[in-house]
Amino acid sequence: MTKKQKKTLVRILVTGAAFAALFVLEHAGAFASLPALVTVWFYLAPYLLISYDILIKAAKNISHGTVFDENLLMLVATVAAFAIGEFSEALAVMLFYQVGELFQSYAVGKSRRSISDLLDIVPEYANVEEDGGFKQVDPDEVEVGTEIVILPGERVPLDGVVTEGSSLVDTKALTGEPVPRSVNAGDEIVSGCVNGAGTLRVRTTKAFENSTVTRILELVENAGNRKAKVENFITRFARVYTPFVTCCAVLLAVLPPLFFGGVWTDWLRRACIFLVISCPCALVISVPLGFFGGIGASSRLGVLVKGSNFLEALAETDTLVFDKTGTLTKGEFRVAGVYPESGSEAELLEFAALGEGFSTHPIAHSIREAYGKPLDLSRVTDVEEQPGFGIRAKIDGKAALLGSGRMLDAENVAYAENDAAGTVVYLARERKCLGSVVISDSVKPGAKEAVAAAKRLGISRTVMLTGDRSRAAEAAARELGVDEVRAELLPAGKVEAVERLLDAERGRGKLAYVGDGINDAPVLARADVGVAMGSMGSDAAIEAADIVILDDDLGKIPATVRIARKTMGIVRANIVLALAVKALVMVLGALGLANMWMAVFADVGVAVLAILNSMRTLSLGKTE
Amino acid sequence: MTKKFKMQDLDCANCAAKMEMLIKKIPGVEDASMNFMMQKLTLTADDDRFEEIVREAQKVCTKVDDGCLILR
Repeated sequence: MTKKQKKTLVRILVTGAAFAALFVLEHAGAFASLPALVTVWFYLAPYLLISYDILIKAAKNISHGTVFDENLLMLVATVAAFAIGEFSEALAVMLFYQVGELFQSYAVGKSRRSISDLLDIVPEYANVEEDGGFKQVDPDEVEVGTEIVILPGERVPLDGVVTEGSSLVDTKALTGEPVPRSVNAGDEIVSGCVNGAGTLRVRTTKAFENSTVTRILELVENAGNRKAKVENFITRFARVYTPFVTCCAVLLAVLPPLFFGGVWTDWLRRACIFLVISCPCALVISVPLGFFGGIGASSRLGVLVKGSNFLEALAETDTLVFDKTGTLTKGEFRVAGVYPESGSEAELLEFAALGEGFSTHPIAHSIREAYGKPLDLSRVTDVEEQPGFGIRAKIDGKAALLGSGRMLDAENVAYAENDAAGTVVYLARERKCLGSVVISDSVKPGAKEAVAAAKRLGISRTVMLTGDRSRAAEAAARELGVDEVRAELLPAGKVEAVERLLDAERGRGKLAYVGDGINDAPVLARADVGVAMGSMGSDAAIEAADIVILDDDLGKIPATVRIARKTMGIVRANIVLALAVKALVMVLGALGLANMWMAVFADVGVAVLAILNSMRTLSLGKTE
Repeated sequence: MTKKFKMQDLDCANCAAKMEMLIKKIPGVEDASMNFMMQKLTLTADDDRFEEIVREAQKVCTKVDDGCLILR
């Protein structure tokens, strides 16, 4: 608790004790014989103690020209209650109002702290070598390219490349991933991780303000700035709510006694009830608090949500579109089968490895890896690579073709079609097909489970986008349990495919696109919610996406959808609760059926309940 | 220019919303966002009048809730 809060607590305790004493005295009949003008002083003393700051604030705000101010309204309500002889009610209203305020500031402070604990990733210093020893400097002052030393157990202060040493680093604070990652010389290392048992020397590659830690913190801090639709609704609502209720109160106090012969004190009491519930606090505070907690809970999983609006959209998502390579699959190609038409598999593979000997394409790499023996590349001459088709070269002076069916078609070389799942490379020597090699990409562990979990959450349509051939794509989709496939897409085709899906979606749920963020920035931007995966440290992905999953775990998508839905559920429950209770008490109040106690509950009680409810979002996802 | 300011004694969420609305109306302000949870004001405004605009913003904050300060 802060000093200010402690002070308020003491005032509340003293006033509470005084209130209890007065309550007992009153019911024992101690004031029965005293005139009201004497009794009122017993109540005024504690009243002034509990309300003096509100008095001062109201006076100051009036001098600045602010009229519809909750402080003033509270004051008017309680003074009016005194005027009509409801002393204990007047004191109680102020007392509970202060209890509510104290609780609010305590709860908000607590949530704020729990989020910053969650994001306890900020490094305090960096070790820079100096005169044979280390000097601890502010990470802010370390220039790019400086060599720093990270001792065992220290937090990595800046992004960089390891130049010496090896260790296991704990990325849990960033990604929620409990298994430490091993780093060796030459590997990149990300700020915010905690070093394990080895000492590392790191050459920094980024200044502190651009490093991963700073960017992640900024993202989470700014998330509240992008407001969800419900939040904007509440803000607009709050703007008209207070003036409306206050006007009602004035009309209620004036009209019936003036025109219909009502009793002044009776209608003044009813008006006071309105004034006490005139603050929209319960809504204004609990809705952003709920989103704040939901975003915080996602960060704990290693999922950065860039705004409340995206959490809201994710909760409504019913179409999930995945990019295939690098998202659902590992993006690592492997030779899955060698199919010679004549000769042995080993001969065919050697031929393939030679032909692909100079290429840097991932397919070429996987073929060379499968061959696994040193290659005599002097046997290969006149290499010509046709992107998207294949390679033309001379091996031992004989014309060789290695490529897709389309390439062989173009060259009029006859071949037996291979329907195995994956990418097929046909091989031909001197215009005669020797056979084919099939290369496939393996499905990421957990991808199938993640798709199934998303379906269980009621996501009705799952679609996979890929540049692969239809047959390979369909086989992968079947394996993963994805409903639909859009295959043979060029990068621009992915945007179009998503646009068509968005059209179909219009007026219903939302569409989320999941990609690796490397070359699909336009698609990420086009979708209702763009989710980038496995992109810890990739600027482009963090920039383009709305939600960033820091590690590679697809299972975090359904987990985040669950958090988003629970958050929305809590937020909606709060709105309904607050509006319903306030409306009910106002109606009862106008009819003369409610008393001040009910008004206090509708104001402070509901605010406390709504805040407690919102704070539940902070612990969402803890059990997952 | 966009700059972030820490707020001191920003006690009520409703006030934060009011301040944000009023700061947005100051001439020269392109965007303003009062983040109650983080107690931070993000202000985007004309470069050459920035200081003046921050002073205006402070006035607005004082008007809504006396004692609430923009820390510079």
